[in-house]
Amino acid sequence: MIAKLFFGLIGLAVAPVLGGIIAGLDRRVTARMQSRFGPPLLQPFYDVLKLLGKRPSAVNAWLVLCSYLTLMSSALAVFLFFFQADLLLIFFVMTIGAVFQVMGALSVNSPFSQVGAQRELLQMLAYEPLIIMVFVGIALKTGSFSIENIYALEQPLLFSLPILFLALGVALTIKLRKSPFDISTSHHGHQEIVRGLLTEYTGPQLAMLEIAHWLDVVLILGLCSLFWSTGMIGMLVLLAATYFVEMLVDNISSRLTWQWMLTRVLAPTMVLCLVNILWLYTL
Amino acid sequence: MKFDLQQWINTGRLKSPWVAHYDCGSCNGCDIEVLACLTPVYDVERFGIINVGNPKQADVLLVSGTVNPRNRVVLKNLYDQMQHPKAVIALGACGLNGGIFQEAYNVVGGVDKVIPVDVYVPGCPPKPEAIIDAVVVALGKIKEQLEKADRGQAVNG
Repeated sequence: MIAKLFFGLIGLAVAPVLGGIIAGLDRRVTARMQSRFGPPLLQPFYDVLKLLGKRPSAVNAWLVLCSYLTLMSSALAVFLFFFQADLLLIFFVMTIGAVFQVMGALSVNSPFSQVGAQRELLQMLAYEPLIIMVFVGIALKTGSFSIENIYALEQPLLFSLPILFLALGVALTIKLRKSPFDISTSHHGHQEIVRGLLTEYTGPQLAMLEIAHWLDVVLILGLCSLFWSTGMIGMLVLLAATYFVEMLVDNISSRLTWQWMLTRVLAPTMVLCLVNILWLYTL
Repeated sequence: MKFDLQQWINTGRLKSPWVAHYDCGSCNGCDIEVLACLTPVYDVERFGIINVGNPKQADVLLVSGTVNPRNRVVLKNLYDQMQHPKAVIALGACGLNGGIFQEAYNVVGGVDKVIPVDVYVPGCPPKPEAIIDAVVVALGKIKEQLEKADRGQAVNG
């Protein structure tokens, strides 16, 4: 128990640094894919430090409260993951953060913020069933929702849940708001309805949401790592490959509508998830 | 090494200037040069410069064109929405003093008639290199502001 607690705290301390470096790598690789030189690796840290040093000028108290709650829930979800807690608990804690982020955006009258918030709700509607399906698949395979049981497996989960891993990849793209799913808001240079969801978050609040986003990235990559729980090298290769495909898709696809996301992505992926789960039953 | 958060924040401020661009009725010549900076040829993201659409998240305001009585209110509003520390860059002959339109009945004149300008970029239109250089010079101005604040004077505004 003490060891698990220690592991959780270490994870919580390492996750923001790791998330920032992943964001920096992402921007650099993206730049190279667009035949640009790209920013320094530590650019995301510079951005966040600068935003933290800005004079606060939040429109209302809700925005401030919501940014704190989003950061806290993301941090708690990462802690619970490294603590090897229940998968469903992690999912619910993660959702609280996303909901508060939307509530903050809805508390302002700005039309960009409002539209962004509505679209973010649709994106949550798209990625949450997928993640739940993945968890159900894992539970059917291991017999419980606990992360501990996954590490007790002898065969990597990827071999029995390949389609669910694909679904998790789709959920990752939607959660990271990468193209073609950068519908509610978008990253670095991109502009979609003036960064929609994030329009009204400024200075320190925006910095907190950025850190929360890094933590979310680490958490979802952590969920991906569960699919190769038997060896460290295989896990790292799987994660690197997954994230590289994310970046590639981000750069070769354009932004599409939320209708497309729900009808052409969510619906077929859900059917594929069911196929994988049925296949598990027949084994 | 002593841990100094303020030092780190100042480093971040100098390495991450986010730029908002406002066109006060320019002929679009300057605006096209601003956009040229974002292309792979000049790639301003090397310096951490990002073009943002939201003045609330911007550090540097690029203003092009002649200011007129209609949009001076908007310009002032945009400037007021930016959070400290911030810098303003006036682009092109029109942004400096109204250019060839300065005698026109509906032209207020340079951007500095409405908001304080830190860096002036001459040219019709200015070259992308000059615009990138202006952002770097503006960062120096922000640094001066910060050093003043460190010496015990409050940052004004």
